[in-house]
Amino acid sequence: MSLSTRTRARDSGRTSGPGHRAARTRGHRHSRSPQWTAWAFLTPVIAYLLIFYAYPLYRNVELSLRDYTVRSFVQGDAPFAGFGNYAKVFADATFAPALWHTIVFTLVSLAFQFTIGLALAVFFARNFRLSATLRALFLVPWLLPLIVSASTWSWMLNSDSGVVNAVLGWIGIGPVNWLTSPEWSLWSVIIANIWIGIPFNLVLLYSGLQAIPPAVYEAAALDGASGPQRFWRVTFPLLRPVSAITILLGLVYTLKVFDIIWIMTKGGPSGASTTFATWSYRLGFGNLVPSFGPGAAVGNLLIVMALAFGLLYIRIQRRQALT
Amino acid sequence: MGSASRGRRATGMGLAILAAAGGLAACSSSEGQGSANASQAAGGGPYTIWDPYPQFDKSSEWVKLLEDCGAQAGVRVERTGYDTSDLTNKALLAAQQGNSPDVLIVDNPVVSTLAEAGVLTTTEENKLDVSAVAPNLLAAGQSGGKTYGVPIGANTLALYYNKDVLDEAGVKPGDIKDWASLTAALEKVKTAGKKGITFSAIGTEEGSFQFLPWFWGSGANLTKLDSPEGVAAVALWTDWLKKGYAPNSVINNTQTTSWQEFASGEYAFAENGTWQLANAKKTGFPYGIIPIPGKDGGTAPAPTGGEFVSIPVQADTGRYATSQKLVTCLTATETSLTTTTTLSYIAPTEAVQAKQVAANAELRVWVDAVKAAKGRTSDDLGTKYPKISEPMWGAVQAALSGSKSPQEAMTAAQAAAASATR
Repeated sequence: MSLSTRTRARDSGRTSGPGHRAARTRGHRHSRSPQWTAWAFLTPVIAYLLIFYAYPLYRNVELSLRDYTVRSFVQGDAPFAGFGNYAKVFADATFAPALWHTIVFTLVSLAFQFTIGLALAVFFARNFRLSATLRALFLVPWLLPLIVSASTWSWMLNSDSGVVNAVLGWIGIGPVNWLTSPEWSLWSVIIANIWIGIPFNLVLLYSGLQAIPPAVYEAAALDGASGPQRFWRVTFPLLRPVSAITILLGLVYTLKVFDIIWIMTKGGPSGASTTFATWSYRLGFGNLVPSFGPGAAVGNLLIVMALAFGLLYIRIQRRQALT
Repeated sequence: MGSASRGRRATGMGLAILAAAGGLAACSSSEGQGSANASQAAGGGPYTIWDPYPQFDKSSEWVKLLEDCGAQAGVRVERTGYDTSDLTNKALLAAQQGNSPDVLIVDNPVVSTLAEAGVLTTTEENKLDVSAVAPNLLAAGQSGGKTYGVPIGANTLALYYNKDVLDEAGVKPGDIKDWASLTAALEKVKTAGKKGITFSAIGTEEGSFQFLPWFWGSGANLTKLDSPEGVAAVALWTDWLKKGYAPNSVINNTQTTSWQEFASGEYAFAENGTWQLANAKKTGFPYGIIPIPGKDGGTAPAPTGGEFVSIPVQADTGRYATSQKLVTCLTATETSLTTTTTLSYIAPTEAVQAKQVAANAELRVWVDAVKAAKGRTSDDLGTKYPKISEPMWGAVQAALSGSKSPQEAMTAAQAAAASATR
């Protein structure tokens, strides 16, 4: 990367928006009121960030650092407990399995969502009859409310009356207890999550493919590149920026998946499909007596994980912006 | 400059992720106290009632009943129905912000928790009369020698059976007296090519609710989950699953999905509650109800379901008198028949129970079951109950799914419960 591109990128970063620049130049000529106008335009955003992001986050952190009982929650005099709730969460027998499930759930979901999404994107990239209609149909999982898709999946995977076991029965495979055996429940929710995540990958990667100039393919074809070669030498490398963003966004989304798991298995049986997201909810709201402190602590751990990947995303985005 | 802009963007992105990932913050709140009721206190204003019956809308009998009671007390009533699992946190949050409703109707095992939090007034303060209420029902609303509300009605669990399936298998429901005869009946049903029994063993409070009749019916006590009696109850269910008398889906069944299985007409028995009575008539097959048998005979104590009507603490104690009128209107002997019929509950007082049976002989078995029933928070467990219940449903799930033996599961549950209640 040359020095000049770097400088240009920085310049554009500094004067981030025409409004800013305009406000400054006019500010030299006239009174200070345009400065105030600028602030007035900024205020809604700042207020929005403070009210809906900063304050809830602050409360969540505070919640996780205090020893809340139902009584102290109501009276508002919960004693400061430092990292007591975190220590409790780390020592909990649920911690290691929940962490492992979160990792497996996220990575396996992503791998399949991306692979299938990419395959479909490449497939739909050659425009054929009805391709637009078919592509639209593939978006259905995305459009359905999660409660509907998760309920449908749990109905299909029902041990006794589910359609999946019925089909497996025809080909001579015994009933699989998809949702009710500890060996399968995590895989069941992963399968459902993959299905739900494919359209997201398909849409992003499809639009990424549109941006690759056809001339590159023509050149490759003239050089005698075969189909697989064209994919691995042209499509895949040129799609890398879009792929990276797709995967990172998917990562952040998948880490916090809660509804699918909760509707299908409630994290069970006996914790076999519990991830950080469902564990946090269970601690905070899943019992007759809420444990707000530990629940918030688990939620914050999840936030830290998402944040780490979010920062990675920003790094990659910056690198792409500069190249 | 570069690093500053990166920092700024990082913060922005970070905040966006945080908002997406952090859900718990929703239960936090400001510290404002007691301002919400000031206006109400000044002019009387409407009286707020919260209940866990969101299925009833404005045109329902229930809401009409509330409005009538308001009219009798000379006030306007503002009613909100919440999902029952939502109501505890809503009530705690409202109390924290000083805008509790005037009348709060909550699920009975929650009463001791709210009492512990200082959210509810005692009957000494609110002058509610609980003398006529059956002691086994009232116990769920008592803690530390004080009473925190009046049961609006009660429901409990029993075994529904499908007459056709039992006839086909040659089983007489009257012969089922204990666990052995029930298991023998299930075996006959299976041999006849039908399905045995369905229940709900889901990993929530609902699972504990359904498991308790067997646990208590074995003679076990919640303070010692891993007693031989407690393990025997888990082993009974586990055995049924292993032998195919009960479907594997019970592990994920709610009481509603379990009922749907029974309604398919394939099952001989279903463990379910009073509230399914109306649905039972719609199934299209002849059904009957027997009490859940104890291990060695007799009727097993089933847990009481149903809500308590309570009066939350208010900054303006002058409101209690009117709230008391509203609650009395819903629970007094004269009106209780209407209330319980509206909610399809069994009345909490013997006098009204007799009236109910006189009106509908079918309710006899339920009245008996309610008389034998026991509050989950009874035996002085109070707020300890939820901390025992969670490991217990976990153990049932672990044993049924085969990840632990009944003994291992209950031993682990007892260890967890002991450390949580210490």
